[in-house]
Amino acid sequence: MKPSRFEYFAPESLAEAVALRDAHPGAAVLAGGQSLLPIMNFRLGRPEQVIDLRKASELAFVRVQNDVVEVGAMTRQRDLERDEGAARANPLIAESLRLVAHAVIRNRGTVGGSIAHADPAAELPALLSCLDGSVEVAGVRGRRRISAGELFVFHLTTSLEPNEVITSVSFPALEPSWGWSFLEVTRRHGDFALAGVCAALKLDGDRCVGQVRLAACGIGTTPVRLSTAEEALLSRPLTEKALREAGRAAAGYVTAGDETQASTAYRRQLVEALVRRSLLRAAARLERRTS
Amino acid sequence: MTGVETSEAVEAEQKTSLRVVVNGTAYERVVPVRRLLSDFLRHDLGLTGTHVGCEHGVCGCCTVLVDGRATRSCLTLACQVDGLSLTTIEGVKSADGGLHPVQQALSDCHGLQCGYCTPGFVISILEVLNSPDELDLSEEGVREMISGNLCRCTGYQGIVDAVRQAAVAMGRDGDAGKGAPA
Repeated sequence: MKPSRFEYFAPESLAEAVALRDAHPGAAVLAGGQSLLPIMNFRLGRPEQVIDLRKASELAFVRVQNDVVEVGAMTRQRDLERDEGAARANPLIAESLRLVAHAVIRNRGTVGGSIAHADPAAELPALLSCLDGSVEVAGVRGRRRISAGELFVFHLTTSLEPNEVITSVSFPALEPSWGWSFLEVTRRHGDFALAGVCAALKLDGDRCVGQVRLAACGIGTTPVRLSTAEEALLSRPLTEKALREAGRAAAGYVTAGDETQASTAYRRQLVEALVRRSLLRAAARLERRTS
Repeated sequence: MTGVETSEAVEAEQKTSLRVVVNGTAYERVVPVRRLLSDFLRHDLGLTGTHVGCEHGVCGCCTVLVDGRATRSCLTLACQVDGLSLTTIEGVKSADGGLHPVQQALSDCHGLQCGYCTPGFVISILEVLNSPDELDLSEEGVREMISGNLCRCTGYQGIVDAVRQAAVAMGRDGDAGKGAPA
């Protein structure tokens, strides 16, 4: 119930952090600690070195420009949730954040930390997948950008090299012509979702689906983009039939096995229902935004 | 993260010196880098009002204010708060030194029984009532507000009542009618 021994570093800059990461590829990077500390307290993880990014203040910022909300990796989730510029550019960000654990956890939990942790049940990775966002990472050989589709590999596993650090997370903006929704089912408020569905939707002149993005959390080994459900909706009005077909297509993506909290069959039902509810909520908001 | 073998660096316990201000008093201590903030407060500073329940961030008993923001002290290393200012339950009181309105309300409304979870509740509620955020004092809103703290005695109804009473006492009841039973 206490962390095992480790060597502790608190680099003053990103450059220093990257050099340390390169020297200690097995080190754990400590951002907000809201996932790493429980793992260390239970000794599920026993890192020999911990690199604490708290002094790298250059990694805490929220910038809205060129239709992108760029969020520094060390930005506290609660600060992004309260950021008015980000809320104007993309209201789905705050909606997603309000589902992340409890406010007290979001006070310390960081945006980059949640993405790097890559828990398939977490909301921010699903949001990034839904929006086709990306992250910028830094290593000793320089910086590169990784798209959400390339980033999430498996449970708690990303495509980052062991000597790379996420520096920022970019969420594309949602223009007012988009509707949006993030809904999930949990046993208790603030628990990890048994399943969650994130939706963004644009209707064309005939009230048919022009563009749609759907992603789910809690159903597989990564956040899952529900592509065939999206395809089933394109150029169609949101009729009962279209919603049902999209929901069924989405249910096909569930790979999580039976467990005490939920069976695979139950998760399929949840995803089907959540796709339908999320789409209807996104469409209703679109109505309000454009009327 | 490797497990079994231990490097030389890890064999010797690394310690660090840290300075914090807790409840207005400045402290300087040398502690192992792996010391949790909850244990630092209890063992190194003797402030045992901060309780330790689950040690993985679920129960909320160990909640303290770090620079005014409610924080799980069991999910924070002591060295992470070096140079910062903290408030623990020992520092919570009214202007005249008596019970703070949040504490008074919990007492009045039977919002506690064994009291183990109470320091965490007080700190969590305090942060919300002192925050600039709009308050939702409906039944559902208050239950969401306190959802990060577990109480195994009261069934929460007394705590919900106490939050509303404290909000009135602290002049934060602008939304108090919203969703409240008539």
